[in-house]
Amino acid sequence: MTVLSGGLSPSGSLLFISEKDVSTISLYMQYIVNGLTLGAIYSLIALGYTMVYGILKFINFAHGDILMVGAFIGLLIYNALTGGEAAAPGAWTIIAFVIATLVSMVACGLLGMLIERIAYKPLRNANRLAPLLSAIGVSFILSNGAAWIFGTKSRRFPYPFENEPIHIGSITITPHQIVIVAVSVLMMILLASFVSRTRMGKAMRAASLDQPTSMLMGINVNKVISLTFALGSALAAVGGILASFDFRVYPSMGTMTGLKAFVAAVIGGIGNIQGAMLGGILLGILEAVGAPLLHIPNGMKDTVAFAVLIIVLLVKPDGILGKNEREKV
Amino acid sequence: MLNFFQLILIYAGIYAIMAIGQNCITGYTGMLSLCHAGFFCIGSYATAIMCKTFGLSFWLSLPVAAIATGLIGLLIGIPTLRLKGDYLCIATLGLGEIIRNIATNLNPVGYNSIPRASLFGYQFASRNKVAFIILIWAFVLIFYVLFQQLAHSRLGRAMIAVREDEVAAQSNGINVTKYKISSFVLGAAVGGIAGCLQTAYTLTVQPGSYTFMVSVMVLCTVVLGGMGNAKAVILGAFIIQLISYLPQLTGLTNVIPAQAKQIIYGLLLVVMMLCRPQGILGRDRFRYGDPRTRREKLHDFFIRPAGKAREARHENP
Amino acid sequence: MRILETEHLTREFGGVIAVNDVDFHVEKGLVTGLIGPNGAGKTTLFNQITGMDRPTSGRIVFDGVDITGLPAWKISRMGIARTFQNIRLYKDLTVVENVMMGLHFKVGSDPFRHRFSQAIRSYVFASRENREVYAKAMDWLSFFEIDEHAQDFAGSLPYGKQRELEIARALAADPKLLFLDEPAAGMNPAETAHLMTVVDKIRKLGVTVVLIEHDMKLVMNICDSITVLNFGMKIAEGTPNEIKHDKGVIEAYLGREEEED
Repeated sequence: MTVLSGGLSPSGSLLFISEKDVSTISLYMQYIVNGLTLGAIYSLIALGYTMVYGILKFINFAHGDILMVGAFIGLLIYNALTGGEAAAPGAWTIIAFVIATLVSMVACGLLGMLIERIAYKPLRNANRLAPLLSAIGVSFILSNGAAWIFGTKSRRFPYPFENEPIHIGSITITPHQIVIVAVSVLMMILLASFVSRTRMGKAMRAASLDQPTSMLMGINVNKVISLTFALGSALAAVGGILASFDFRVYPSMGTMTGLKAFVAAVIGGIGNIQGAMLGGILLGILEAVGAPLLHIPNGMKDTVAFAVLIIVLLVKPDGILGKNEREKV
Repeated sequence: MLNFFQLILIYAGIYAIMAIGQNCITGYTGMLSLCHAGFFCIGSYATAIMCKTFGLSFWLSLPVAAIATGLIGLLIGIPTLRLKGDYLCIATLGLGEIIRNIATNLNPVGYNSIPRASLFGYQFASRNKVAFIILIWAFVLIFYVLFQQLAHSRLGRAMIAVREDEVAAQSNGINVTKYKISSFVLGAAVGGIAGCLQTAYTLTVQPGSYTFMVSVMVLCTVVLGGMGNAKAVILGAFIIQLISYLPQLTGLTNVIPAQAKQIIYGLLLVVMMLCRPQGILGRDRFRYGDPRTRREKLHDFFIRPAGKAREARHENP
Repeated sequence: MRILETEHLTREFGGVIAVNDVDFHVEKGLVTGLIGPNGAGKTTLFNQITGMDRPTSGRIVFDGVDITGLPAWKISRMGIARTFQNIRLYKDLTVVENVMMGLHFKVGSDPFRHRFSQAIRSYVFASRENREVYAKAMDWLSFFEIDEHAQDFAGSLPYGKQRELEIARALAADPKLLFLDEPAAGMNPAETAHLMTVVDKIRKLGVTVVLIEHDMKLVMNICDSITVLNFGMKIAEGTPNEIKHDKGVIEAYLGREEEED
C-alpha cells in the first residue's frame, strides 16, 4: 500500500502515508469501484460481440445499436407500468423494472435473430466485405430509426429503488452500482453455465471451433447462429438498461458504448467468452482510473478512447486470452 | 426547384470526387476504410487555414490541401493498413472521429468568410451556382480520367491483385504493403481535394459537418454505383444526393423526417448487399487485348451496348 | 551446381516442430521431388523458402544469396515462383489477366531507372505497356494450350486447367526456380498424364522444378532426385530408384513390419 500510495501521492512521499495520501488512495479506490460498475456493463455488451465473432468471424456492427433499442424498450415499458419519474420507489417499481428488463431482453433477442436472418444470413458465403457493409447499414437504420421515433432528446432512466448512497469508510457506493454489478454477474453466470452445461451450449462451442465438422456431427448450425445472436442481443439489452442509469437514453448512445465494449472484447481476446468478461472489467477500471490519473480533459476523452482502440487493435489484436490465428497458405 | 437541382449537381460533384477516392481504397484495393469524412475535413481545414491565415490563393491552397491530406493518410496508413477487414474498418472509423475531435478542439467555431476563389479575374461567388457546377465537374472529369488510367495500368492491376488475393499477389512479386499504402494515400488526397472544393463553395468550415455520416454516405455512393467502377461511382453520387435533397425536391420538408435519408442510406447498404453486391453498374470489366480499334469501341459504346457487340463478334468472327 | 540450399532450417509453431533441422538442396536444371506422409512439413518447408513464413532458425541460400526472412514479394522477384496446394487464382479476373499479374514486375522494370519513375512511366504509357504485357501473357497461355480461354473467368475453368493456369502465372515471371505444391492433387489420370508433359516442357525451358506430390507414379517418372520428409525431418534423399528401396522411407509410408504383426 505504501508503494502504491507513493506512486499516486501528490506529496511525493514513499515512506509514510500522510492524510493527503489517504484521501488519494480512497479517491482511487472510489474510481476502481466506479470502474467495476462500468466494466460490468462493458462485459455484458462485449459478450455479444465475442460470441458472434466466435462463430461467424464477423463483427456485428449493429450490436451497439441493439443495446440502445434495449434501453428504449426497457424505459418505455417501465414508464408505462409505473408512470415514470413520478413513481415512488417501492416493491412495485422493482417488479416493473424486472418485467421491463425481461421483456426488453426477449424483444432484443428476437430483433437480433431477425437482423441475422435478414441482413447477415444470405451473405454467409459472400466476400468478407459484404456482411460488414450490411451491418453498417443495419446500424444506421436502427440508430436513425430510433431518432425518428423517439426524437434525439436524451431521457433519464428513473431508479426503481431507493438510491441512497452507502458509505464504506470514505468510499461511496450507490445501490444502483450494486444492482449493475449483481445483475451483470448473474447474467454472466447464467451464460457460462448455459454454454458449458446444456446441449445447445455445447453445440455453440462446437460450431465456433469448426463449423463444417459440427455440421457433419448433426448440429444445426443455423439454429446455433440464431441462438447466438438472440443471446448476445438479450445481454446487450440488459447492458443497455444498466448503462442508462449512468448515461441516460438517447438514439446514438450505442455507438460509443458499443465501440468501447468492442475494445473490451478485443482486449480479452475476441471469440473468447471469459476474455470478454475480463476485458470489460479491465477496460472499465482503466477508463475510470486512467482519465483522472492522466488529467484527460473532457473534450479529449473520446479521442483518447479511439486512440486506445486503435493501439489495442495494432498491438494486441489477439487479446489476452485469444489465440493467434493466421491465414493458412 | 432549379436551385435545388443546382445544389444537387454541386454536391453530387463533390461526393463523386470523394467517392472516386474511396473507390480507389475500397473498390480497387479492397480495404474497407471509414474515414473519408476525416480526409474531407483535413482538406477543408487546410484550405481554410491557407486561404485565410496565410492569404494563399485558392489554386495554391488546392495542392497544399491535397498534399496535407495525403501525408496524414500516409501517417495513419502505415500502422493501420496491416489490419484486415473488420479491424481495419473499426480502426479507420476511430481515426475519422479522432480527426474530427482534433479539428473541433483546434477551432470549435470553424472558419468564416474565407476569401473567394478566382480564375482569370473571374470570382467564384456562392450565388453563381453554374460557375461552381462547371468548376467542380471539371475536377470530376479530371479525376475520372486519371483514375480510369490507373485502373487499367500495371499499378492499378497490382491493387486489384491485392484485393483479390493478398497471398497470391505476394507470390507474383507484388509488394502488397506498398500498394495498400499508395492506394490509401491517393484516395485520401482526392478526399482532401473534395474538401478544398467544398470550402471554395461554402466559404465556411464547421467541424460539425464532418461526422461519421459523411463517411457512410461516401461508402454508400461507392457501393450503390459499383465497387471498382469509376463511372458507377459518379452515378452513385447523383443518386445519393437526390435522396439527400428529396424532401426539398418534393416539397415535403414537413412530412419527411430529418432521419429519413440516413435510414434510406442504411437500407440501401443492406439491400444492395443482399440483391446486387456488385452495385448498379457492376464491376468495370476492361477487356485487355480487345481487337477493336478505338473508333469501333466508340461506335459500340454509343450505338449499341458493349456486351451485345462482343457477343455478336463471337458468333460471327 | 546447387541453386538452392537450406541449412538447419527449423520452424516451430508453439511447441510443434513442423520442420526440424532440414538440409534441403536443389540441383540446377533438375526436377526435384519432395515427398512424405501428410503433415510431414513439406508445405511448411515451401512456405519458408518462398518467404510466406519466417523460419525459427536456419538459413536459406538461393543462387549464392542468403534469402532467409526476406518478404515473399522480394523472393519472388529474385526468381523463385510457386503454386499453391489449394489453388490461389484471382478467380474473378479473366484467365489472361491472371497471367498478366504474373508479369507484374517483368514488364516496365528497367534496372537503370528509379522505381518511382518506372511507376510513372507505367502509368503514363499504360496502353502501350498493356499491349506488351497482353502479348506476353498470350504467349504463355498458348504454351499451355489454354489461350482459347483467355477471356473466361479463371474461376470458371475446369480444375485441371486451373492448375495449369496457376503454373502459367508463376512461369510468366520467368523464374529460375519453380515450386509446385501438389500439382496433380484432384486430377484425373488423363489430366495427370498431361501434367507430366507440361513439367517436361518446363524443364526444357531451363527452369529448375521442385514439386511436392503424393502421386508416386508421377514422382518416380519425372523426378531426377527425391527428398523424403517425415515428422519434419529429412529421412532420405537420392534418385527415385534409391528412394524406392530405402528402408526408412518404406517404414515411414507403410509402418514397421513388427507393428503389423
